[in-house]
Amino acid sequence: MGEALRGLGVSPGRTAGPVIRMAGPPALPQPRPATDPGAEAAAAAHALEAVAEDLERRAASAGDPEAADILEAQAMMARDPMLGDGVEDNCRAGMDAAHALDAAFAVHRRALVEAGGYFAERAADLDDLRNRAVAAALGLPPPGVPAPGHPFVLVAEDLSPADTAGLDASVLALVTEKGGPTSHTAILARGRGLPAVVGCAGALSLDDGTLVSVDGATGEIAIGLSGADAERVRAADARERAELARGEGPGRTSDGHPVKLLLNIGSARDLADGAEGVGLFRTEFLFLGRRTEPSLEEQVTAYSEVFSRAPLVVVRTLDAGTDKPLPFLGLPQEPNPALGVRGLRVSRLLPGVLDTQLEAIARAADATGAEPWVMAPMVTTAGEAAEFAARARARGIARVGVMVEVPAAALHADRLLREVDFLSIGTNDLSQYTLAADRQHPGLADLLDPWQPALLELIGRCAEAGRAAGKPVGVCGEAAGDPRLAPVLAGLGVTSLSMAAVCVPAVRAALATRTLTECRELAAKALADGL
Amino acid sequence: MPERTVAVASSSGLHARPAKIFVQEAARQGVRVRIRVGEGKPVPASSMLGVLSLGAVHGTQVTLDADGPGAEEALDTLVKLLSRDLDAGEAVDG
Repeated sequence: MGEALRGLGVSPGRTAGPVIRMAGPPALPQPRPATDPGAEAAAAAHALEAVAEDLERRAASAGDPEAADILEAQAMMARDPMLGDGVEDNCRAGMDAAHALDAAFAVHRRALVEAGGYFAERAADLDDLRNRAVAAALGLPPPGVPAPGHPFVLVAEDLSPADTAGLDASVLALVTEKGGPTSHTAILARGRGLPAVVGCAGALSLDDGTLVSVDGATGEIAIGLSGADAERVRAADARERAELARGEGPGRTSDGHPVKLLLNIGSARDLADGAEGVGLFRTEFLFLGRRTEPSLEEQVTAYSEVFSRAPLVVVRTLDAGTDKPLPFLGLPQEPNPALGVRGLRVSRLLPGVLDTQLEAIARAADATGAEPWVMAPMVTTAGEAAEFAARARARGIARVGVMVEVPAAALHADRLLREVDFLSIGTNDLSQYTLAADRQHPGLADLLDPWQPALLELIGRCAEAGRAAGKPVGVCGEAAGDPRLAPVLAGLGVTSLSMAAVCVPAVRAALATRTLTECRELAAKALADGL
Repeated sequence: MPERTVAVASSSGLHARPAKIFVQEAARQGVRVRIRVGEGKPVPASSMLGVLSLGAVHGTQVTLDADGPGAEEALDTLVKLLSRDLDAGEAVDG
């Protein structure tokens, strides 16, 4: 194998096959003078109708009801009366069909972006519709997923819901140049168990037909495979998946040392069988984009739904950040948001929001008889931990913890554990702050690698403090779902790993094949080796 | 012209599934219904793009109006719909 590309692995699994790139959006030609406005209007209306019918066909054949719902909503947008009127007006004003469509879509796109939050996210759907309609009006092939008639690795700039819903079994893996771990591509790929790599710079420069292997866990794309290499990768992956599917029960090493396997969820919809509980309930995901603060009652309902369905739940209080805007907080813009008022720090400005949330968690616990563990994000000092613990315990919350995402907190893990009952290490932020490398920066992925020994050393320090205090120390964040890293984390003394449901079988299997002593040896080696 | 003002009950606001259900029902009425937020510009209730552009979240007060025969009945139907949590069905499905 020769060169390699690297992106962010967002859905684990390995495969190999020929690259096919997805057709890009149609280029808009120079406007042409329209001599017959009626004919242009009819052509534009016909293009919109064709797009709507195509989306409805896809909705009817989409296996999964969520995908069908999204496609039906898109078809409704293509048939939208305001859009249709706008297109017709543009044609009457002398535009050709393609430009009339383009201009009408632009008006609605702006309105959605102005509405903000959830609504602004639909702008990407509208762009997709616009591209399909303009292509139809220009007589070009519709942009979208190619159908080469053989298995392939789909490479695209980014994928819209309509694209991902149309994927059939011949797609082996998804690779996109744009997108992050919460993009449509990532979410749908994880839902289908399809290996996926996003944020992969240079992917679109691969020629169609190039054989590549894709590792959806590490984010690595190897280029220049032989047909036999590709065959071997696929066979190994099939063996591995078959093997993994047989695993069950709680997480433990081969000699029985327990390491709890927990889930990262955003709402009750992410709950899945096969894990021992929820290690990270990201409550802010319930309220993303909201412009009014969720009421106490609303929060009680949302938390109760999760508490009543999972045996153990670790709730994280609202974690607002630049990547997770909560407009109802009305936080001021900051020059350096990653180092600004986020996580627990928000309660310096808005103490009432945290108090309401703690009250809602306590009430939901009473209502369901659950005993949730509650932790705060972005805690820096033992003093902050103590204050948070006092506020939570005042409401009757029995198990209070904090997240370790800041190096200062990791260095003082022993002091934090004098104040709280458990720690949960958020490796994504802890590596960003330890290595001083922006999580979103595409050029610094090597520094953000969870194998960085400095990061592992901080994790080990937290685990050691937990052992001394007799208190649990877990890891949530992407590193916890990496099956190669799981034995290392167990060897460092971590007591639980929290991850997306799709990652659980591989992590369970990775732990089950090693003794605790072997895990400790792997950990010692990882700490000693430089990257 | 008859009007009704109602708070959006769906937890995700007039977005996604609730918006789809509302727009479909509005299109089924025999009379043209418009919807607005406060003194904002009214949009056709049968327009998905118009309804989304209102940016109406849980608890936003929206005003519906309609004119002509059947206007009152159409408004009653749509107000009743907006007063329900249209996300609730999703939880059952999902």
